Amino acid sequence: MILFGRQIPAFFSLLIWGGIWEIVGQLDLVFIFPPLSSVLVALVEVAQRRDFHEAAAVSLKAFSIGMGFAITGGIFIGFLMGRVETADKVLGMWVNIFASAPLSSLVPVLMLLFGLGQLTIIVTVILFSIWIIALDTYAGVRHISPSLEEMGKSFGASRWQLLYKVLFWAALPEILAGVRMGLIRAVKGIVIGQLLVAVVALGRMFQTYSRSFLMEEFWALTLILFVFALGFSSLIGLLEHRVEYYAGTRI
Amino acid sequence: MPTSLQSMPRADDGAPVSKTENIVEVRDITKFYGTDVHALEKINLGIPVGQMTTFLGPSGCGKTTLLKIIAGLLEPTSGEILIKGAPVSGPGPERAFVFQDFALLPWATVLRNVAFGLELRHEAKNEREKVARHYIAEVGISGFEQKYPHELSGGMRQRVGLARALAVNAEVLLMDEPFSAVDEQTRRKFQEDLLHLLAVEKKTVIFVTHSIEEAVYLSDQIVLLSPRPGRIHSIIRPEISRDAGPDEIRRDKNYLDHVEEIWQDLRKYLE
Amino acid sequence: MATTIGLSNAEKSEASAFGLSKITLYQLLSILGLFALWEIGGLVPISVAFPTFSETTVALFEMIADGRMIAAYADTLKPLLIGIGISAGFGVTLGVAMGLNRRFQWFWEPIFIVLQAAPVAALIPLITFIYGIGLAAKVVAVIILALPIIVLNSYKAVRNASASLIQMCQSFQGTRLQQIWKVIIPNASPVIFAGLRLGVAAGFIGVILAELLITPTGIGDLITYHRSVAEYAEMYAAVFSVIVFSAITVGSLERAETRFFRPDKKVGR
Ligand SMILES: Nc1ncnc2c1ncn2[C@@H]1O[C@H](COP(=O)(O)OP(=O)(O)OP(=O)(O)O)[C@@H](O)[C@H]1O
Ligand SMILES: [Mg+2]
Repeated sequence: MILFGRQIPAFFSLLIWGGIWEIVGQLDLVFIFPPLSSVLVALVEVAQRRDFHEAAAVSLKAFSIGMGFAITGGIFIGFLMGRVETADKVLGMWVNIFASAPLSSLVPVLMLLFGLGQLTIIVTVILFSIWIIALDTYAGVRHISPSLEEMGKSFGASRWQLLYKVLFWAALPEILAGVRMGLIRAVKGIVIGQLLVAVVALGRMFQTYSRSFLMEEFWALTLILFVFALGFSSLIGLLEHRVEYYAGTRI
Repeated sequence: MPTSLQSMPRADDGAPVSKTENIVEVRDITKFYGTDVHALEKINLGIPVGQMTTFLGPSGCGKTTLLKIIAGLLEPTSGEILIKGAPVSGPGPERAFVFQDFALLPWATVLRNVAFGLELRHEAKNEREKVARHYIAEVGISGFEQKYPHELSGGMRQRVGLARALAVNAEVLLMDEPFSAVDEQTRRKFQEDLLHLLAVEKKTVIFVTHSIEEAVYLSDQIVLLSPRPGRIHSIIRPEISRDAGPDEIRRDKNYLDHVEEIWQDLRKYLE
Repeated sequence: MATTIGLSNAEKSEASAFGLSKITLYQLLSILGLFALWEIGGLVPISVAFPTFSETTVALFEMIADGRMIAAYADTLKPLLIGIGISAGFGVTLGVAMGLNRRFQWFWEPIFIVLQAAPVAALIPLITFIYGIGLAAKVVAVIILALPIIVLNSYKAVRNASASLIQMCQSFQGTRLQQIWKVIIPNASPVIFAGLRLGVAAGFIGVILAELLITPTGIGDLITYHRSVAEYAEMYAAVFSVIVFSAITVGSLERAETRFFRPDKKVGR
């Protein structure tokens, strides 16, 4: 937006939203909205707590292990679907079903099968993120121009070379987009998983805070998660930006 | 400016006309994109009524820009466009555009697409559909009224775009590389149909093309533009008699000479 | 183009054998295969809490027959529909306005980007403090998950409306209003509709989550209750029915999208 002849960056509007939050909080309109300033104070305090550090470490571990599986698995499934017609028809159906299924309903089953601990959270992370990575990889593979593949073949590339020297790179913009979406979903998965399991890490903290009406702390924890999710996804966004120049030109 | 500018323009009835009336006047048009892309520099040009004028020039020299400024789709940085002597800003009913990428509504049938210009003018449905059907037949795609654009070939889609432009009964047709997305056979057929159609409809046409042969074959007046910033390099009037058949024209000495002359001119820009 | 249509028809007729196309045949086989694996897994059993497929199916039909399942779905779908209705009405309007007006966009886009990327599910426990544990709480849960997706999709749809179609409309002297109603919105509607479909999927997650976390009603309660009394077949039946139900719903929305909004996608691929 342009104001007084100056371009105001988009994220500035978030400051206005922050201001609105502060005012609503100061006026004490709704008790679940404490003023932003006191949430920020609580944030500094929560961030130094030992139980937070433990919860963060546990969640980060589940997150990285789960994402590791989801990225490798998702790219593999996506390539399989993109390159093998039968796999496309059979897997495509399942991937589409799970990509839009209400996975929150599956978490109770996971809790039964994998216990009330880390393993359930890891599986939740995988379930939440793998499908979108597979779908985007698939879209990327399907967009590769056939002439690029023929070029590789005509210069005598082996199947394997073709895969990791040509096809992977050609599909990379979409793969990265999928990974970014997967990351966002994985963070949601962690939160949903831990909320439902309720006895581990962040889930336990959330429960404690909401049961004892500690709204500042509750929001502080939420803000930390928001920042984490946004920070991580913009990091991948940066990577995506580096390959963007050839994303649109293939079609 | 070459001497050919002074020679007599060809009139449709074959009788020589001493002074041509210009339906479109381009006055001192300069165009900058942002501050540093200088696309056009002081273009002055008259478009004679009832004739076919072609813009020809190297890629990126500003042909599309000039055409869109004439169409009123782009604002010039300075200069003005006169239609029948009156300055205009923005699109008007006397001009109709045929788009390079067809710009057909994918969710509308051929019939609705052709009638779209009239629909925007709030003409009654059966009235505008009657007009649309007439032009659909005129451009040779009757029977496809209820089809959707994706069900047509590239050449047929461009005919829909042409019919849409004809349906609003504008005097000036502006065409931006209308044949660049169709194959060579379709293109030749289309060129002939276009010539035939224009003889019947008596339109003024401004036409952008990359093809020297196409320009010489179709035009009464060829405007050669130099590379960025686009300036008028020369204006050529091929003066080819169109009484002969298409194949004879393509073997005509005059035709071949003009093609060669323009090629020599344009070749300089390639180095 | 005419020839390609002919070709894809030929391909289709080749692919169908015994009235079943190869595609559905393979898909059918994969479904049966999964059920068989499930049955075997339950027979082993891989866990005491893992009923066989047949036990689950029996439980499913029992629950449908005695009306429990239907009542639970009514409880779950009502807030979902209300929430999606509100999100659609408000979200599409806001998204379109954002696409048409730079100031709107400046003000609203960042906040919705944050809300879409962030794990807003964390806020669901807070909803109870204001909306209690009734219908309203579930509706709010649906809205906070579905609204950002719907808004952002509508916005992007309008923003990416074909520049060449807009110019075409201008060249025929269409007014701004005609441009919006006759070109931009029809051009954007497939993506807007796709956004609604994603919103339904997200809202589904939200309503189930709310039922599991804060308001023990509907399908969520069916899952929680049967888990607590160790009736695993019933619990799995409930979960299974949710997955199937959402697959059918989202699948039909997808088909509706192709049918009504993308005539160009109907033929071949
Ligand atoms: N929207 C724009 N913003 C910035 N620069 C532009 C824009 N449109 C065109 N240009 C630049 O202006 C110059 C003229 O463009 P234009 O499209 O008119 O060329 P053209 O002669 O039609 O080229 P072509 O034959 O490739 O179609 C080009 O150098 C182009 O890069
Ligand atoms: Mg051009």
